[in-house]
Amino acid sequence: MSTTEATVSALTIVFAVIGTLFFLVGTIGVLRLPDFFCRTHAATKCDTVGAGSLLLALAIYNGPDVSTLKIVVLAGLVLLSSPTAGHAIARAAYRTGFRPWVDDKERERA
Amino acid sequence: MDGFFWGIAIFLLVNAFACLYRAYAGPTVVDRVLAVNIIVTKTLVVLVLLAMVFGRRMLLDVALVYGLLNFVLTIAAGRFLETGKLTGDWS
Repeated sequence: MSTTEATVSALTIVFAVIGTLFFLVGTIGVLRLPDFFCRTHAATKCDTVGAGSLLLALAIYNGPDVSTLKIVVLAGLVLLSSPTAGHAIARAAYRTGFRPWVDDKERERA
Repeated sequence: MDGFFWGIAIFLLVNAFACLYRAYAGPTVVDRVLAVNIIVTKTLVVLVLLAMVFGRRMLLDVALVYGLLNFVLTIAAGRFLETGKLTGDWS
């Protein structure tokens, strides 16, 4: 295995593991957090970084090719559309009457 | 490297099924839309992984269309919740 191949493999594994960990954090956040707005916070952020990092890893692994361009376009699409979709759905929830969840202690203090 | 990609794909599928619980139980409609959004993003990454493992580059195009569909679905659901209609001007 040459140095170039070793570098490509190492970068692929590092980015893929980072992306997978972000996906895991997003899943835990969606399952555990108490309120829709908290869940949006966890889900969109972790989904964006997780998918972007994993697609970057796959683009690095694929090497110079036409399909690498497609993967980069896909990563750009995810990076653009995921925060926009999260913002749109959170705005729709807020305008239809949802209000963020407040802790009991904070409610007493207010 | 194929085994590594298979492992990531299976892990993401397990995560997607965990998110399916939120789509099933989630107390409000927006929770369900959000859960479906996450599941589709994970499926998109799994499609790209499978395109790598099987060497079928056609799956990349499928993943691209899937991502666009996810975006349109979420925007349309948000708009329908906010304005109560899918066509016409925002009010």
